[in-house]
Amino acid sequence: MNATGAPRRSAMPSLVLGAIALAVAWGLYASGLAADMLRYQKDIVYLVKQHLVLVGISGSLAIVCGVGLGVWLSRPSMARWAEGTIQAVNMATSVPTLGKLALMMSLLGIGALPAIVGLWIATLLPIIRNTYEGIRAVPGHLVDAAQGMGMGPGAILTRVELPNALFVIFAGVRTAMAVNVGTAPIAFLIGGGGLGELIFTGIDLQEHGMMLAGAIPTALLAIAVDFLFGQAQYWLVPRGVNPQRNS
Amino acid sequence: MIRLDALTKVYPTAQGAVAAVDRVSLEVADGETCVLLGPSGCGKTTTLRMINRLVAPTSGKITIGGRDTDDVDPVELRRTIGYVIQQIGLFPNMTVAENIGVVPRLLGWTAEKRRRRAEELLAMLALDPAQFLDRYPNELSGGQAQRIGVARALAADPPVLLMDEPFGALDPVNREVIQDQFLRMQRTLRKTVLFVSHDIDEAVKMADRIAIFRAGRLVQFAAPDTLLAHPADDFVASFVGTDRTLKRLRLIRVREIMLPGVAGEARAAGRATVTPDDDLRRVAALFLEHDLDALPCVGPDGSVVGRVTRADVAARLAAGAGAES
Repeated sequence: MNATGAPRRSAMPSLVLGAIALAVAWGLYASGLAADMLRYQKDIVYLVKQHLVLVGISGSLAIVCGVGLGVWLSRPSMARWAEGTIQAVNMATSVPTLGKLALMMSLLGIGALPAIVGLWIATLLPIIRNTYEGIRAVPGHLVDAAQGMGMGPGAILTRVELPNALFVIFAGVRTAMAVNVGTAPIAFLIGGGGLGELIFTGIDLQEHGMMLAGAIPTALLAIAVDFLFGQAQYWLVPRGVNPQRNS
Repeated sequence: MIRLDALTKVYPTAQGAVAAVDRVSLEVADGETCVLLGPSGCGKTTTLRMINRLVAPTSGKITIGGRDTDDVDPVELRRTIGYVIQQIGLFPNMTVAENIGVVPRLLGWTAEKRRRRAEELLAMLALDPAQFLDRYPNELSGGQAQRIGVARALAADPPVLLMDEPFGALDPVNREVIQDQFLRMQRTLRKTVLFVSHDIDEAVKMADRIAIFRAGRLVQFAAPDTLLAHPADDFVASFVGTDRTLKRLRLIRVREIMLPGVAGEARAAGRATVTPDDDLRRVAALFLEHDLDALPCVGPDGSVVGRVTRADVAARLAAGAGAES
C-alpha cells in the first residue's frame, strides 16, 4: 500500500526534463531568440486560445462519442458487428492525420469546422478501440457474479464493466489526446488557425523566433494535457484496478 | 423449501439437441444443505444456474418457498438468493466493504447500514473488520477472498444460497478450514443451501442430502450415509469410491452407538480413549492401532461416560446397510 497516496513514479524523468527545459531556456535567452519570441506575445495569446478551442472541442466530443461507441459495440447485441467495426476502425486509424484533414477539407471546405471534424475523427478512433477492448477484457466471471447477484444491465455496465475497463479506456484517451494536441498545428494548413500559424509561417519566412513562438507553446500544451489526463487516470481509476497505484 | 419438478435444459448443438439437464426432480427442505455431485459436464452447474435463472429452463418448474420462480422478475429473484462461484468473482474495483454491500445497495440500504452489515459478517467469518473492510480484493489471499465471497452472498440475509464449487480453487488445508467454518455458521444460520461439488469427500462432509448426477440425470438422491451404504448403481458405487465404508465411519459419532460406562474402566488413564463427539473413523483407527475390541469414552472432564465396541460399530454399519435407499 501507498502510505502517502502520492504517485510512486520515480522523480528521475521530471528531473531530466527540468534540466533540459532549463538548458533550452538559457540557450534561447543567450541567443536572443527569447527576445524575438516575445515580440509575438500577443499573437501567442490569441493563437493559444484558438488552439485550445480546436483541441477542446474535438477532444471532448471525441471522448464522449468514443466511449459511447465503444460501450455500444461491446454490448452482446452488437457482437455480430463489433469485430468488423473494430477492424475498420483500426484501418482508419492508420490513415495519417494530415490525410484525414485533407479529406475533411475536400468535404467541408476550409476553416475551423473541417479542422475540428478531422481532429475529432483522429481522436475518436483510439478511444473507441480501447473502450471496446477494455470492456471485453473484463473477466466473464465478474459479469456472471454481478448478474447472479441481481444487478441489471445498467448496473453491470456502470459498477462492474466500466470501472474495471477504466484504466484501459484512460490509456486510449491519453494516446488520443496526445495525437490531437500534436496534430492540431496542422489545422492551420486548412485554415483552422491555432499555433500552427506561427510555426508554418515561421518556417516559410525562416524566422526562427516566430517558429519557436508557435512550437514551444505547442509542446508545453502537449505536456500539460498529457499530465492532466495522467493525473485523472491516476486518481479516477479505482485503486484495486489501477496498476499505477501499487495496491 | 426448494422444489425442482422435471427440470430440463436442452441445448441445440451441431450433433442435434443435447439435454444438459434431463427431467430432474428433487426437494430440499428449509435449512438443509443439498450437494449436487457428479463428474464435470453432468449438468449440476446448469441445474444450479437454472434456479437463479442465469440459465432459462427448457421445461419444468422451480418453486422456492412455494413460489414459482417463473412468476418473479429474474433480477429481483436473484437478489433474494445468495450466489457464490468458484472464481469468487469479487469485484476488483471495489473494496471488501463495497463488495459485501453490493446486494444491500441494490436493495436500497443506507451506506451506514451496509457498512455495519459488512463489519458483522467479517467478524462472523473471523476476519478483523478494521483490517479488511477497506482492502481491495488484490490485497487478499485466496482463502480470505473466498470467505468474503461467502460474506457477500450472505449480506442481505437471503434464505437460499447457491454455491458453485465455492471452495474448489483452494488448497486442501484452507479448504478444510473454510468448510468447517461454513458448517459452524450454517448450524446457526440454517440457510437452504444448494452446493455444487465434484468431490465426494466434500459432499459427504457438507451435505444433509446428496444428489448424484450423471449425463444430465439425477441418479440418486439420498442422505450421505444411505448413499455410501447403498449406491443405486455401479456408476454411483464407483463415484463414491471403494473406500465408502471408511467414509461412512466419518459420518457416525461415537455418541450414537455408545454403551453406558462400566465403573471398572474409570482407571483408564494412560490408555487410548475417545470422546462422544469423535467419529468412528478415529475409533476404527484406535481399534487397529492398539488391537482392541472396545474403547472407553470420556467426557470433557476425563471421567468415563461410556464405551464403544467393535461389535457395535459393525452393527451400526450393518444397520445403515439394511435401511432403505
